Order: sequence, then C-alpha cells, then structure tokens
Amino acid sequence: MLRATIRDLFRFSLSFRFGSVILMIVGVLLLLSFFSPFESDDRRVVPRNKPPSAEFILGTTGNGQDGFWLLTFAIRNTLMVSGVAVLIGRSIAVMLGMITGYLGGKTDRVISSIVDSIIVIPRLPLLILIAAIMQGEMTVLSLALLLGILDWAHPSKRYRAMILSLREREFTHTAIFSGMNAIKVVVQEHLPFLIPLLLADAVAGFLWAIGMEVTLSVLGLSDLSTPSIGTLIFWGNYNHALLRRRVWILAAPIAASVLMVVGFYLVSLSFSEYLDPRTRLSRLTVEE
Amino acid sequence: MNLFKQFILPRFAQWLIVIFVGVTITFFIPRLSPVNPVTEALARVQMYQTLNPEAVQMLRETLLDLYGLDGSILEQYINFWKRVLKGDLGPSLASFPMSVNQLIGVSIGWTIGLLGTSILIAWTLGMTLGSLAGYYPNRWWSEGLEKSLITVYPVPYYILAFVLLMAFTFYLPIFPLIGGARGTAAFTWEYISSVLHHGFLPALSIVIGATAHRFIMAKALTTTEKSSDYVQYARMAALPERKVLFLYVTRNTLLPQVTDLSLSLGALFGGAIIAEFVFGYPGIGTTMYTAINNGDYNAIMGITLLSIVGIATASLLIDLIYPLIDPRVRYR
Repeated sequence: MLRATIRDLFRFSLSFRFGSVILMIVGVLLLLSFFSPFESDDRRVVPRNKPPSAEFILGTTGNGQDGFWLLTFAIRNTLMVSGVAVLIGRSIAVMLGMITGYLGGKTDRVISSIVDSIIVIPRLPLLILIAAIMQGEMTVLSLALLLGILDWAHPSKRYRAMILSLREREFTHTAIFSGMNAIKVVVQEHLPFLIPLLLADAVAGFLWAIGMEVTLSVLGLSDLSTPSIGTLIFWGNYNHALLRRRVWILAAPIAASVLMVVGFYLVSLSFSEYLDPRTRLSRLTVEE
Repeated sequence: MNLFKQFILPRFAQWLIVIFVGVTITFFIPRLSPVNPVTEALARVQMYQTLNPEAVQMLRETLLDLYGLDGSILEQYINFWKRVLKGDLGPSLASFPMSVNQLIGVSIGWTIGLLGTSILIAWTLGMTLGSLAGYYPNRWWSEGLEKSLITVYPVPYYILAFVLLMAFTFYLPIFPLIGGARGTAAFTWEYISSVLHHGFLPALSIVIGATAHRFIMAKALTTTEKSSDYVQYARMAALPERKVLFLYVTRNTLLPQVTDLSLSLGALFGGAIIAEFVFGYPGIGTTMYTAINNGDYNAIMGITLLSIVGIATASLLIDLIYPLIDPRVRYR
C-alpha cells in the first residue's frame, strides 16, 4: 500500500520527484554529520577563513572550523529542533482536535472559541518575548519545546473538522453500539483517517519551525553555541562575513535552508495533491 | 438590534477574549521565567560602580514598584490590567526617562506606512496573478509564475530579505543599507523620494513573500470556482473572458481571501520585525530588536501587547465589514 502510494507519487507528481530528491540530499548531509572528522565544537582544527577549495569544499570559518562539516551539524540540529517541535505541536493538536471534534456541544464551543482567539495572537513577538527572557538559558531542546507549544492552533482546527465529519459516519455508530468507549473509537477508528492529513500537516510544521529557528537565531535569541542553520548565519553576520568578502560562510547555511524548505514544501504539495479527490479522478482518467 | 445581537456582539466578544488572553499571556510569561528583571537591573547598575547596601535596597524597592512587581501575583495582575486599560505600558527600562508609549510612538508610523503599503500591493498583486493563473492554467506564463512562486513561498522570510539585502545594497549598491529617510521630515519631493528609496527594498521583500502566499491561495480557489455551473453558462453566453474572470470568478473567491488577510496580518507583523531588523528600518521592529539587546522587558512586553491588540482589532474590523464585500454573508 505504502509502496504503491510512493510509486504513484513518483510517477505522477513532478513536485514529489524533485522534492524527494532534494530531501534525500538533505538526509545524506544529516547522516554525514555522524561521520564528521571533527566535533561540532572543535575550533582551530583547520586553517581559518579559507575560501572553498578542493580540500574544504565549503571553505572554513573564522574559528578554524570546516564549513562543510559544520553545515552537516547545523542541518542535523535544525531538523532535530523542528522535528521535536512538530511532534509536540501535532500531538497537542491531534488531542485537542479529537476532543473537540468528538465531544462536540458545549465543550467544543468553549475550546473552539479559545483556539480561535489563540490563532489570532501573533506568535513571533510572543516567541521573542519568551526567548528574550530566557536569554542565555535557551538550549536546543527548550527551543524545540517552545516552538512545539506554540504551533498547534491551526492544525487542531483542521483535525477537528475532520473528526466532526467522521463522527457522523456509519462505522462510528457501529463502533459505539458494539460497546466501544469514546477513547477507543477515536484512537482506533478515527485516528487512521487523520494520518494522511497529519503527514501533509507535519511538513507545514517543519517549514514554520525551520523559519522560526532561523529567525530567532539571527536575532541572537537561541543557543548560539550550538551550530544550526540560524546560528551559522548569526555568527557570519557577527563577524561581518559580507564586508570581509567571506561570502561562503553565509552562502552555505542560506543555500541549505532554502534547499530544506523547498524540498519539504514540494513533498507536501504532492501529498495534498494526491489526497485531493479531484486530482485523483484526473489521475484515473490519465491511466485509461 | 438583531444585527447588533447576532452579528456584532459575538465578534466583539471574541475580540475581548483575544485581548484578555493576550494580556494574560504577556503578564505571566515574564513571571514564569527564572530571570528576575530587578536583580538583572541591579547587576547592570553595579557592574561599573559599587553602591552601599542601603542604596541598593532603596533601588530594589523603587525598581520593584516601577516594574509592578510588588505585592502578590494577583495584585500585580490587577495592577497590570489597570495600567494597560489606561494605555500606560510603563517606563522603558533601557532608555529610562522615556516611557514605552513614547518609544512606540516614535517608531509606529514607519511600520504602519511600510506594512500597510506592502500588504495592499501584495494582496492585489497576488489576487490578480493567482486568479489569472488559475483561470488559464496551461499557459507558459502561468506555469512559469507558479513554479517560481512555489520555490519562493516556503523560504523563511529572513533568508529572502537577507538575500535581497546582499544583492541590492552590497553587490549592486542601488539601495541604501539602513535608515528610513534622509534629511528632516518635510513635504518636499526630496524627502518623499528618499522615503520611497529607503522603503523600497524592505517593501519588496514583504511583497514577494506575501504575494507568493496570496498567489497560491488565489490559484487554488479560482481553479475550484472555475468548474462551477455559472462559469459554464457565462461562457456559453459568450461573455468576455476578462469579465467572467474578474467580475464573477474572482468576486466569488474573495471571501476566504479577506478572512485570510486578517489572519495573515499576524504573520506579516512578524515579517515586519525581521524586515526592519534586516534593513535597519526605524520602525517598531527595530525598537523591539534594540529592546531585546538591552534586556528592556517592558518595551518587549509593550510591543508584544500592542501587536496582539492591533491584530485582534484589525481582524475584528475586517470581520465586521465582511457583508459589504460579499452579500452572501448577511448580517446574521
């Protein structure tokens, strides 16, 4: 089933083909970080400020770090932060969506109006406020937690809508009449239907979390001693890489971030296209 | 009366909830943190000079009073509300004699000018291009446009802005690196042109990002709307295509776009912070950044609060003028 889906996606969706190849490259870079000859906090292990060459393909930094290996660490950390954030955010969203969607009635109205209020609240100023207060004590993990806690309102509304419609379906009644309790119905019967939506949604979460990681880091509000896409750019700016004509220091993280988000976005695009019944119909007619 | 009760009142209640949640969050977050601003401020003072213990004690009390940190947490909360309702955001901690209100007052005009213009341009541009691309999906220009905007859309705003900055102030220095204008404010062509010159690049960065978002949405909506029966009839009646698209199809897709405009205001405000930080624009975002660097919690809190209230109010207003835009939404 899964293999057939991926095969279909590969065959019919140009964006999936591009996206998955890009993500594969990002994945290889991430895995390479485990084989790095240097530790991520090693300094002065290579000559400083060398432009890209055969020996150092992405040049070296002012701290004497190898640009390429540093970038692999940065990709790993950024993806880890966004991964944890996505996991936390989606868990909260799924739980809330299930509760409000399934219970309905007054509970739904109260929670929904609170969620609607929270959606309006701009998250970046809030993030900046929290991060500024925690300044110096921010770790990679706390950043991930923070991002996760702030990213559930939009998805929870989508899941709620989905559960609302599932609740009216025949099999829900069958399950209830055969004595299943509410939690079991929701988890065993409804959750599987949410998974495709969850998948497409998780990608959107990645995009947001990567963007926020970069944003907070360049403002100097994250854990600046851990290499991540954002902190690489921060230190590049801090050391005036542009004015000193050391563009490679900035170009590598910028290119990596663009690669990452575009890859994720293309894959999510193909997912949502694939899930859309109308395009599925047109796919069927293509096959004829 | 019915109109008031069933249409305006629920929306107004929602607005109040947002403000309440926003104020409560901005109140509690700083208090949950392990960092005590009073100790921090005292440490900053004592970094360069030693004070005698009595002076320190007095300073501590003054600061506690100033930050609204004396009394139980409930008392503080009520006092905070009292202050907020009076529109007083407290003193700025970093540039002390100035209040946060003054700090915001100096910079808010720049932000509103920059954001207002770019949002308007981006919305119109995205709607027009997206509708056209959705209506004529197989033309070379619509495919080219879609592919390029899809690549731009997910790129974090900071990266986009920074690349523009690198390209147009460093490698191709046609725009100024920082600032909002040259010379003193006056109604002369020289001053106005310098405002435009300085604002162009930050505005461009916001417009590109926002247009991509609007384009993708408009295209999807138009594609759906295009298959409606009335479009078929209109075409059969040989109405001019341009008329069908802009007078019928686009008008029907307007509703979700207007809702989204109010929601994306929040995201755009975030964009403005970064835009101003990157381009050194003298708006509220730069004030926020300075406040972060100086540990000026009061200013950060004030700006956060202001952005929450501002966005909630903007979305309330958009909600209320809805029925003027789309007659299908009656004042129910």
